[in-house]
Amino acid sequence: MRNVWVVATNTFREAVRDRVLYNLVFFALLMMGAAILVGQISIGIQQSVIVSLGLTAISVIGIFIAVFIGVGLVSKEMDKRTLYAVLAKPVQRWQFLLGKYGGLVMTLAVNTAAMAVGLYVALWAVKHPLEKSDWYVLVAVYLIWLKLALIVALAMLFSCFTTPFLAILFTVGIYIAGLYAEDLRTMQAMDLTPTTMKFLRGISYTLPNFENFNVMGAVAHARGVPAALVWQDTGYALLYAAIVLLGSAVIFARRNLK
Amino acid sequence: MSSPAIEIEKLSKEYPYGFLHLKKKRSLEDLSMQVQRGEVFGFLGPNGAGKSTTIKLLMRLIFPTSGTARILGKPIEDVSMHQNIGYLPEQPYFYDYLTAAELLDYFARIHGLKAPERRERVERMLKKVGLDTAKKIQLRKYSKGMLQRAGLAQAILHDPEVVVLDEPMSGLDPLGRREVRDIILELKKGGRTVLFSTHILSDAEMLCDRVGVIVGGKLRGVGTPGEMVGIQVQGMEILFEWHGAQPFPLVEKATKTGERYRVQLPEVEVYPALDELKAAGARILSVVQVKPTLEDFFMNLVDADRAQANAVEVSAP
Repeated sequence: MRNVWVVATNTFREAVRDRVLYNLVFFALLMMGAAILVGQISIGIQQSVIVSLGLTAISVIGIFIAVFIGVGLVSKEMDKRTLYAVLAKPVQRWQFLLGKYGGLVMTLAVNTAAMAVGLYVALWAVKHPLEKSDWYVLVAVYLIWLKLALIVALAMLFSCFTTPFLAILFTVGIYIAGLYAEDLRTMQAMDLTPTTMKFLRGISYTLPNFENFNVMGAVAHARGVPAALVWQDTGYALLYAAIVLLGSAVIFARRNLK
Repeated sequence: MSSPAIEIEKLSKEYPYGFLHLKKKRSLEDLSMQVQRGEVFGFLGPNGAGKSTTIKLLMRLIFPTSGTARILGKPIEDVSMHQNIGYLPEQPYFYDYLTAAELLDYFARIHGLKAPERRERVERMLKKVGLDTAKKIQLRKYSKGMLQRAGLAQAILHDPEVVVLDEPMSGLDPLGRREVRDIILELKKGGRTVLFSTHILSDAEMLCDRVGVIVGGKLRGVGTPGEMVGIQVQGMEILFEWHGAQPFPLVEKATKTGERYRVQLPEVEVYPALDELKAAGARILSVVQVKPTLEDFFMNLVDADRAQANAVEVSAP
């Protein structure tokens, strides 16, 4: 595991030096603007607006980073041939892959945590003191981070066998389809043949169910998130990401470099 | 008896190309050779001959279509073997957001070196390749030659038994090339095995115990530089100075460069020629044997290869 850790910390350093965390400035400005605006125009729904806006921003910014940097994790290394010297060292290809993945997930954890702090500052600005229900936001942030970790795994998988452009398209496509996985499963009302129904159900179970990680509505209205859901989502994300990473490792292990 | 440092057996590599990758281009054909422990082995060939392909196969960056290879007695698939191998890629490119010191520290960590040893080795290597004054500058600001030096430093950082260098002189100025030559000789002195590819034949002649010549994906010969070019003397060359007014036959035969004349003769004609020069009042500067160079050998192979390719093209319907 030493090699995985060494590659992961270097990937984190790369993200920091390539100014990936600069997006936090944009997020901070957004939150400050929202706090000022909400304080002026709405009474009673400040919390809902700030939480919804903050969590959406955390999710969208995170998705951008997960997709674009996730795809580049391996493809950029292959393109620039920076991995030649690394793979000629006593490093297994799967260790390299897992290290790159771990580095970006670590970056996203820091980024998401920093944005969560910003969100709480904005929340505190519009209503203080904070209440117990406000801490549910942390659960929502955690679930967003799990979702992002899953997206990075998918981006990495696609970048192992196709061009960066196609890998971005595939990742975004799977993400959008994954948001509707639940709907595919419950399309009972429509006039579909049993075979089509089975096929759609099969696909719905294969696709990553990203809607599972969305508790924004409940949290924005100060409703709690069941602990069972948090555990279930954690297990689901871990298992799904592990399977996707295994697939990436199998493909990458056989890949001829340029 | 210990195994050779590098053993390659019938190694071939084909690359698919064209629509649906149905066509295949063979870039390496049944390559078999050995590099003995402690020797400096030069891998020679023109661009596209298959040198880098062979090295990438050894470093498991690409996979062979057929054949096997072993380094230090272990199959190349065995990753642990890489603990004892140093590799400099062709035209190396490293993480440009790191400084040279950080890059070397990164690789030292992969090799499992402890912090105090890492610091000491990194400092020593940077000094050795002449980057100690630029160690805190990010690699994105490095010149090609400086990157080459950083690449060389990471290749020998962990004191490997086998060092594989792909075009190590590429991008270096004369001073840099001399430093690389010194490092290769120092590695040899320390009992290390060095395999390096090059198309600069003078480097190979100067450094190598043996060379292998590869053209068109096929190994065309392996031996000492002397064996490769043959030992027969092609003639003698006399270099002399002459300031007289009346030309004589040898002067007319010679090539003049500045104040000096150079003439090439069969061995049996040397003594009469020296008498002739003495009589004419010429000053003899040197008399040396003329032997074919590695470059001659190399060019003959390339020409033969091209001639064969042309013949096939002409005879094709």
